[in-house]
Amino acid sequence: MLDKKYIGLELGSHEFEIEPGRLKFFNQVIGQANPVFTDEAAAIAAGYPGLPVPPSFYFTMYMEQENVWGWLDTLGIELEEVLHGSQDFAFHKPAFAGQTVTLTARITDIFEKKGGTLGFVIKEITVSDTAGYLLATQKVTLVMRRQGGNQENA
Amino acid sequence: MHNFDLCSAAIGDAIPAISLPELSRTTLALFAGASGDHNPIHIDIDFARKAGLDDVFGQGMLCMAYMSRLVTDIAPLEKIRDFATRFISITQIHARLTCLGQVVEKMTVEGEDRVRLSLVVQDENDDVKLQGYAVIAVQ
Repeated sequence: MLDKKYIGLELGSHEFEIEPGRLKFFNQVIGQANPVFTDEAAAIAAGYPGLPVPPSFYFTMYMEQENVWGWLDTLGIELEEVLHGSQDFAFHKPAFAGQTVTLTARITDIFEKKGGTLGFVIKEITVSDTAGYLLATQKVTLVMRRQGGNQENA
Repeated sequence: MHNFDLCSAAIGDAIPAISLPELSRTTLALFAGASGDHNPIHIDIDFARKAGLDDVFGQGMLCMAYMSRLVTDIAPLEKIRDFATRFISITQIHARLTCLGQVVEKMTVEGEDRVRLSLVVQDENDDVKLQGYAVIAVQ
Protein backbone atom coordinates (compact mmCIF):
# COMPACT_ATOMS: atom_id res chain seq x y z
CA MET A 1 0.00 0.00 0.00
CA LEU A 2 1.29 3.47 -0.83
CA ASP A 3 1.10 5.61 2.28
CA LYS A 4 -0.80 8.84 1.77
CA LYS A 5 1.15 10.39 4.64
CA TYR A 6 3.81 11.18 2.02
CA ILE A 7 1.50 13.59 0.19
CA GLY A 8 3.23 16.95 0.50
CA LEU A 9 6.67 15.38 1.02
CA GLU A 10 9.31 17.89 -0.03
CA LEU A 11 11.90 16.19 -2.22
CA GLY A 12 14.42 19.01 -2.01
CA SER A 13 16.07 21.46 -4.35
CA HIS A 14 19.15 21.33 -6.53
CA GLU A 15 20.87 23.58 -9.02
CA PHE A 16 21.56 22.74 -12.62
CA GLU A 17 24.07 24.57 -14.77
CA ILE A 18 22.88 24.59 -18.38
CA GLU A 19 25.92 23.77 -20.49
CA PRO A 20 26.04 24.03 -24.29
CA GLY A 21 27.80 20.66 -24.66
CA ARG A 22 25.00 18.88 -22.84
CA LEU A 23 22.34 20.56 -24.97
CA LYS A 24 24.24 19.62 -28.14
CA PHE A 25 24.51 15.99 -27.00
CA PHE A 26 20.82 15.84 -26.08
CA ASN A 27 19.77 17.30 -29.41
CA GLN A 28 22.09 14.97 -31.31
CA VAL A 29 20.57 11.93 -29.62
CA ILE A 30 16.97 13.00 -30.24
CA GLY A 31 17.71 13.88 -33.86
CA GLN A 32 17.16 17.62 -33.50
CA ALA A 33 19.12 19.10 -36.40
CA ASN A 34 17.74 22.65 -36.33
CA PRO A 35 20.90 24.80 -35.94
CA VAL A 36 19.10 27.23 -33.62
CA PHE A 37 19.31 24.44 -31.01
CA THR A 38 22.83 23.25 -31.73
CA ASP A 39 24.90 26.16 -33.06
CA GLU A 40 25.59 29.21 -30.91
CA ALA A 41 25.93 31.54 -33.91
CA ALA A 42 22.52 30.47 -35.22
CA ALA A 43 20.94 30.85 -31.77
CA ILE A 44 22.33 34.37 -31.42
CA ALA A 45 21.24 35.26 -34.95
CA ALA A 46 17.75 34.16 -33.92
CA GLY A 47 17.85 36.66 -31.06
CA TYR A 48 18.61 34.24 -28.23
CA PRO A 49 21.36 34.89 -25.66
CA GLY A 50 22.73 31.37 -26.23
CA LEU A 51 21.58 27.87 -27.10
CA PRO A 52 17.91 27.56 -26.08
CA VAL A 53 16.70 24.73 -23.86
CA PRO A 54 14.42 22.36 -25.80
CA PRO A 55 11.00 21.58 -24.28
CA SER A 56 11.64 18.16 -22.76
CA PHE A 57 15.12 18.99 -21.46
CA TYR A 58 13.60 20.30 -18.22
CA PHE A 59 13.10 16.64 -17.32
CA THR A 60 16.85 16.13 -17.70
CA MET A 61 17.51 19.09 -15.43
CA TYR A 62 15.45 17.34 -12.77
CA MET A 63 17.12 13.95 -13.24
CA GLU A 64 20.62 15.38 -12.84
CA GLN A 65 20.88 15.31 -9.05
CA GLU A 66 22.32 13.10 -6.32
CA ASN A 67 20.17 10.10 -5.46
CA VAL A 68 17.25 11.15 -7.67
CA TRP A 69 15.37 7.96 -6.74
CA GLY A 70 16.02 8.17 -2.99
CA TRP A 71 12.36 9.00 -2.36
CA LEU A 72 11.39 5.55 -3.73
CA ASP A 73 13.15 3.99 -0.72
CA THR A 74 11.24 6.33 1.57
CA LEU A 75 7.94 5.17 0.09
CA GLY A 76 8.98 1.51 -0.10
CA ILE A 77 8.87 1.31 -3.90
CA GLU A 78 11.27 -0.62 -6.13
CA LEU A 79 12.52 1.18 -9.25
CA GLU A 80 11.56 -1.75 -11.45
CA GLU A 81 7.91 -1.36 -10.37
CA VAL A 82 7.76 2.21 -11.65
CA LEU A 83 6.41 3.31 -15.01
CA HIS A 84 6.19 6.88 -16.25
CA GLY A 85 2.47 7.62 -16.55
CA SER A 86 2.42 11.18 -17.77
CA GLN A 87 4.55 14.31 -18.03
CA ASP A 88 3.24 17.87 -18.25
CA PHE A 89 5.36 20.96 -18.86
CA ALA A 90 4.12 24.53 -18.49
CA PHE A 91 6.57 27.12 -19.81
CA HIS A 92 6.64 30.67 -18.47
CA LYS A 93 10.01 31.98 -19.65
CA PRO A 94 12.63 30.30 -21.86
CA ALA A 95 15.98 29.13 -20.51
CA PHE A 96 19.38 29.15 -22.22
CA ALA A 97 22.85 27.67 -21.99
CA GLY A 98 24.93 29.65 -19.53
CA GLN A 99 22.15 29.96 -16.97
CA THR A 100 22.00 28.15 -13.67
CA VAL A 101 18.52 27.14 -12.60
CA THR A 102 17.07 25.74 -9.37
CA LEU A 103 14.68 22.80 -9.39
CA THR A 104 12.44 22.04 -6.43
CA ALA A 105 10.19 19.00 -6.20
CA ARG A 106 7.46 17.71 -3.95
CA ILE A 107 4.96 14.88 -3.95
CA THR A 108 1.51 16.39 -4.41
CA ASP A 109 -0.71 13.32 -4.53
CA ILE A 110 -0.74 9.59 -3.90
CA PHE A 111 -3.64 7.31 -4.77
CA GLU A 112 -4.53 3.84 -5.91
CA LYS A 113 -6.79 2.29 -8.52
CA LYS A 114 -7.97 -1.20 -9.45
CA GLY A 115 -8.24 -2.41 -5.88
CA GLY A 116 -4.74 -1.26 -4.97
CA THR A 117 -2.94 -3.09 -7.76
CA LEU A 118 -2.03 0.21 -9.41
CA GLY A 119 -0.42 2.95 -7.34
CA PHE A 120 0.03 6.56 -8.49
CA VAL A 121 2.44 9.19 -7.26
CA ILE A 122 2.20 12.74 -8.58
CA LYS A 123 5.21 15.03 -8.29
CA GLU A 124 5.38 18.73 -9.05
CA ILE A 125 8.66 20.34 -9.95
CA THR A 126 9.39 24.05 -10.32
CA VAL A 127 12.29 25.46 -12.31
CA SER A 128 13.46 28.95 -11.36
CA ASP A 129 16.31 31.22 -12.38
CA THR A 130 18.83 32.82 -10.02
CA ALA A 131 16.51 35.79 -9.51
CA GLY A 132 13.79 33.43 -8.30
CA TYR A 133 11.71 33.92 -11.45
CA LEU A 134 9.61 30.85 -12.28
CA LEU A 135 10.69 29.56 -15.70
CA ALA A 136 8.71 26.34 -15.95
CA THR A 137 6.72 23.82 -13.96
CA GLN A 138 6.52 20.09 -14.47
CA LYS A 139 3.92 17.64 -13.27
CA VAL A 140 4.94 13.98 -13.34
CA THR A 141 2.72 10.96 -12.80
CA LEU A 142 4.46 7.73 -11.88
CA VAL A 143 2.56 4.45 -11.90
CA MET A 144 3.48 1.39 -9.92
CA ARG A 145 2.10 -2.09 -10.11
CA ARG A 146 1.60 -3.28 -6.55
CA GLN A 147 0.96 -6.68 -4.95
CA GLY A 148 -1.00 -8.90 -7.28
CA GLY A 149 0.03 -6.78 -10.27
CA ASN A 150 3.56 -8.19 -10.70
CA GLN A 151 4.06 -10.97 -13.23
CA GLU A 152 5.89 -14.15 -12.30
CA ASN A 153 9.61 -14.29 -13.10
CA ALA A 154 10.75 -16.66 -15.82
CA MET B 1 11.88 24.27 -39.50
CA HIS B 2 8.75 23.87 -41.59
CA ASN B 3 6.78 26.70 -43.11
CA PHE B 4 3.53 25.49 -41.53
CA ASP B 5 1.55 28.58 -40.57
CA LEU B 6 -0.17 28.03 -37.24
CA CYS B 7 -1.96 31.39 -37.46
CA SER B 8 -3.90 30.46 -40.58
CA ALA B 9 -4.23 26.73 -39.81
CA ALA B 10 -7.75 25.32 -39.56
CA ILE B 11 -9.08 22.93 -36.96
CA GLY B 12 -8.30 19.45 -38.19
CA ASP B 13 -5.22 20.45 -40.19
CA ALA B 14 -2.37 17.98 -39.81
CA ILE B 15 1.05 19.33 -38.92
CA PRO B 16 4.14 17.92 -40.65
CA ALA B 17 4.84 14.37 -39.42
CA ILE B 18 8.15 12.93 -38.29
CA SER B 19 9.32 9.36 -38.95
CA LEU B 20 12.11 7.93 -36.83
CA PRO B 21 14.64 5.25 -37.69
CA GLU B 22 14.21 1.87 -35.98
CA LEU B 23 14.73 2.29 -32.22
CA SER B 24 18.14 0.85 -31.49
CA ARG B 25 19.90 -0.18 -28.28
CA THR B 26 22.51 2.42 -29.14
CA THR B 27 19.88 5.16 -29.04
CA LEU B 28 18.54 3.97 -25.68
CA ALA B 29 22.07 3.92 -24.26
CA LEU B 30 22.90 7.39 -25.57
CA PHE B 31 19.57 8.78 -24.37
CA ALA B 32 20.21 7.39 -20.88
CA GLY B 33 23.37 9.46 -20.78
CA ALA B 34 21.96 12.53 -22.47
CA SER B 35 18.72 12.61 -20.47
CA GLY B 36 20.10 11.87 -17.02
CA ASP B 37 17.70 8.93 -16.65
CA HIS B 38 20.04 6.02 -15.93
CA ASN B 39 17.25 3.54 -15.19
CA PRO B 40 18.81 0.23 -16.16
CA ILE B 41 15.48 -1.14 -17.37
CA HIS B 42 16.09 0.77 -20.61
CA ILE B 43 19.71 -0.18 -21.15
CA ASP B 44 20.58 -3.37 -19.30
CA ILE B 45 18.92 -6.54 -20.56
CA ASP B 46 20.01 -8.48 -17.44
CA PHE B 47 18.17 -5.99 -15.25
CA ALA B 48 15.11 -6.02 -17.50
CA ARG B 49 14.96 -9.84 -17.39
CA LYS B 50 15.32 -9.90 -13.61
CA ALA B 51 12.36 -7.49 -13.52
CA GLY B 52 10.32 -10.04 -15.47
CA LEU B 53 10.55 -8.47 -18.93
CA ASP B 54 11.82 -10.09 -22.10
CA ASP B 55 14.01 -7.14 -23.08
CA VAL B 56 14.78 -3.49 -22.44
CA PHE B 57 12.24 -0.95 -23.67
CA GLY B 58 12.42 2.65 -24.81
CA GLN B 59 12.34 5.58 -22.46
CA GLY B 60 9.03 7.42 -22.50
CA MET B 61 10.93 10.68 -22.40
CA LEU B 62 12.85 9.75 -25.55
CA CYS B 63 9.52 9.47 -27.33
CA MET B 64 8.40 12.71 -25.72
CA ALA B 65 11.55 14.35 -27.07
CA TYR B 66 10.70 13.05 -30.55
CA MET B 67 7.18 14.39 -30.07
CA SER B 68 8.60 17.78 -29.06
CA ARG B 69 10.24 18.06 -32.46
CA LEU B 70 6.77 18.18 -34.03
CA VAL B 71 6.22 21.38 -32.08
CA THR B 72 9.65 23.00 -32.37
CA ASP B 73 9.56 22.39 -36.13
CA ILE B 74 6.58 24.74 -36.51
CA ALA B 75 6.77 27.17 -33.59
CA PRO B 76 9.48 29.23 -31.92
CA LEU B 77 10.38 27.97 -28.44
CA GLU B 78 9.21 31.10 -26.66
CA LYS B 79 5.68 30.60 -28.04
CA ILE B 80 5.24 27.14 -26.53
CA ARG B 81 3.03 27.50 -23.44
CA ASP B 82 2.24 23.89 -22.55
CA PHE B 83 3.53 20.52 -23.66
CA ALA B 84 2.22 17.33 -22.10
CA THR B 85 1.74 13.66 -22.75
CA ARG B 86 0.40 10.45 -21.30
CA PHE B 87 2.51 7.35 -21.79
CA ILE B 88 0.01 4.89 -23.20
CA SER B 89 2.05 1.77 -23.91
CA ILE B 90 5.63 0.58 -23.75
CA THR B 91 7.88 1.42 -26.69
CA GLN B 92 9.57 -1.80 -27.70
CA ILE B 93 13.15 -2.05 -28.81
CA HIS B 94 13.35 -1.86 -32.64
CA ALA B 95 10.03 0.03 -32.86
CA ARG B 96 9.64 2.19 -35.96
CA LEU B 97 7.98 5.31 -34.63
CA THR B 98 6.01 8.05 -36.32
CA CYS B 99 5.04 11.33 -34.69
CA LEU B 100 1.82 12.96 -35.85
CA GLY B 101 -0.20 15.96 -34.85
CA GLN B 102 -3.14 18.10 -35.75
CA VAL B 103 -4.72 21.40 -34.82
CA VAL B 104 -7.66 20.75 -32.51
CA GLU B 105 -8.55 24.07 -30.93
CA LYS B 106 -8.05 27.79 -31.24
CA MET B 107 -8.64 29.91 -28.18
CA THR B 108 -7.76 33.09 -26.36
CA VAL B 109 -6.23 32.74 -22.91
CA GLU B 110 -5.21 35.73 -20.77
CA GLY B 111 -5.65 37.94 -23.83
CA GLU B 112 -3.32 35.84 -25.96
CA ASP B 113 -4.41 33.87 -29.05
CA ARG B 114 -3.32 30.26 -28.79
CA VAL B 115 -3.60 27.05 -30.77
CA ARG B 116 -3.84 23.59 -29.26
CA LEU B 117 -2.31 20.66 -31.10
CA SER B 118 -3.14 17.04 -30.43
CA LEU B 119 0.07 14.97 -30.72
CA VAL B 120 0.67 11.24 -31.03
CA VAL B 121 3.65 8.91 -31.22
CA GLN B 122 2.83 5.49 -32.66
CA ASP B 123 4.75 2.48 -33.85
CA GLU B 124 4.71 0.60 -37.16
CA ASN B 125 1.53 -1.25 -36.09
CA ASP B 126 -0.23 2.05 -35.37
CA ASP B 127 -0.04 1.21 -31.65
CA VAL B 128 -0.14 4.48 -29.76
CA LYS B 129 2.86 4.95 -27.48
CA LEU B 130 2.25 8.56 -26.44
CA GLN B 131 -0.87 10.72 -26.58
CA GLY B 132 -0.22 14.35 -25.85
CA TYR B 133 -0.82 17.96 -26.70
CA ALA B 134 0.87 21.31 -27.02
CA VAL B 135 -0.50 24.83 -26.63
CA ILE B 136 1.26 27.47 -28.69
CA ALA B 137 0.81 31.23 -28.76
CA VAL B 138 0.17 32.69 -32.20
CA GLN B 139 0.41 36.32 -33.41
